Amino acid sequence: MTEELIIAGFGGQGVLSMGKILAYSGIMQDQEVSWMPSYGPEMRGGTANVTVIISDDRISSPILTQFDTAVILNQQSMDKFEETVKPGGVLLYDPNGILKHPTRKDINIFKVEGAKIAAEMGNAKIFNMIVLGAYLKAKPIVKLENVIEGLKKSLPERYHKLIPLNEEAIKRGMNELVEIS
Amino acid sequence: MAEIKLMKGNEAVAEAAIRAGCDAYFGYPITPQSEVIEYLMMERPEDRTGMVVLQAESEIAAIHMVYGAAAAGKMAMTSSSSPGISLKEEGISYMAGSELPAVIVNVVRGGPGLGTIQPSQADYFQTTKGGGHGDYRLLVLAPASVQESADFVADAFRLAFKYRNPVMILSDGVIGQMMEKVIMPEQTPRLTDQEIIEKYGDWATTGKPDDKERNIITSLELDPYKQELHNIKLQAKYTQMQEEEVRYEMINCEDADYILVAYGSSARISQKAMDLARAKGIKVGIFRLITLFPFPSEQLNDLAGRVKGFLAVEMSAGQMIEDVKLAIEGKTKAVHFGRYGGVIHSPEEILEALEQKLIGG
Repeated sequence: MTEELIIAGFGGQGVLSMGKILAYSGIMQDQEVSWMPSYGPEMRGGTANVTVIISDDRISSPILTQFDTAVILNQQSMDKFEETVKPGGVLLYDPNGILKHPTRKDINIFKVEGAKIAAEMGNAKIFNMIVLGAYLKAKPIVKLENVIEGLKKSLPERYHKLIPLNEEAIKRGMNELVEIS
Repeated sequence: MAEIKLMKGNEAVAEAAIRAGCDAYFGYPITPQSEVIEYLMMERPEDRTGMVVLQAESEIAAIHMVYGAAAAGKMAMTSSSSPGISLKEEGISYMAGSELPAVIVNVVRGGPGLGTIQPSQADYFQTTKGGGHGDYRLLVLAPASVQESADFVADAFRLAFKYRNPVMILSDGVIGQMMEKVIMPEQTPRLTDQEIIEKYGDWATTGKPDDKERNIITSLELDPYKQELHNIKLQAKYTQMQEEEVRYEMINCEDADYILVAYGSSARISQKAMDLARAKGIKVGIFRLITLFPFPSEQLNDLAGRVKGFLAVEMSAGQMIEDVKLAIEGKTKAVHFGRYGGVIHSPEEILEALEQKLIGG
């Protein structure tokens, strides 16, 4: 199994930390992982993206141009990454703020109302965990128990009291995944 | 079992420095290298091992602090990215001349000048062919993973003290910024002055003993004949490095018709290109340089006799290719491919270059 994933959105949406938690989850089930962020002046307020690879085998290039899955969280990222999904691959997006919806017919398109649900749950910071849940429903590459272990690893201990809230958000995201095509 | 961590290449360098028993780190922030000093500041190694971490007022100050600590026989290091390394070159040349051990990490970004903060490998010439003035060489290790970023720190210190010469770890923006699994080496205790003397000889300036003259650390010798003798001694060390320290990795070279020669992140991206090529039935192997100096000339020359060509893949306009061509003595074809100025080549672009520039060219 190899999953080549890009997560792309605005800086501040938790794109990089969602990738990090996924990578840790992969480690928890003895897989190889890589996490390669975009970095630079674009990070504050602008777009941020991270390439995450989880594989049973040694990972060659951490830099990719085509992906099994794209998780897209703003319009700029939709413009840039819709075309990078491999035929037969998965595109998951949050329609909040998206004006031009994906049009490809050769990929599986899903959506999750991450921003809306986060607002309902009263905490904007769990947005990325809702999206992570939806992603894991579409692509169950890591087990939920390993994601929780991954969360424990990637969060400083003083935030461990927030793990139940994060778990709730992941489960909510799993339930709110909508298949479009 | 040792704990598996998820770390950036830069963080791995920093943690590995603490665990290697490094005495002092002097640095100055610059993207894409800043996580080295940030990690060390956060981790407070003075509480763990007594290691000193200091943010200097400039890169130039930092390298000369390294000079001072090294002259006292201490394990000292600094890190920076390309423009900052240019500033350090005077101090690096002085350390090579004064025969001082030190570890210098360069997380390369696009240049020239301030350039860009994105990854590059355009400092190959600077790293392997001088950088500073005078006839000197650095021993250069090029990690291609986060694990190697950690492992090469202790190696670099060992080599620096073995040869009393600065060692450079040549990373780049990809290797420094990406996170991978890493298993950290065990903590090595910092050496005392006496242990340094027993292990590496009595050359440092640790005070005048009663029974002998004081040690002098300098790169100045006004008598040209003595300076020539000093240079001959330095050259003998570089020859010994060539004989003893060459490191490389060959992947799928046994049946290969074509070889991708690369180091660092380009070697990783080339592996994916190799997979794509083999899926199309093109027999491709990888020759990954681990030491850039000493350069694995003999090994490449051996391969040249039995393959159809080499593609040198590097994020530069063509620097390492010159050493590849020198090594293979025209036995077969060697061409360069690389994006540069901060642009990273994709595996597909490498495959296309292989097919068009090498096989079809």
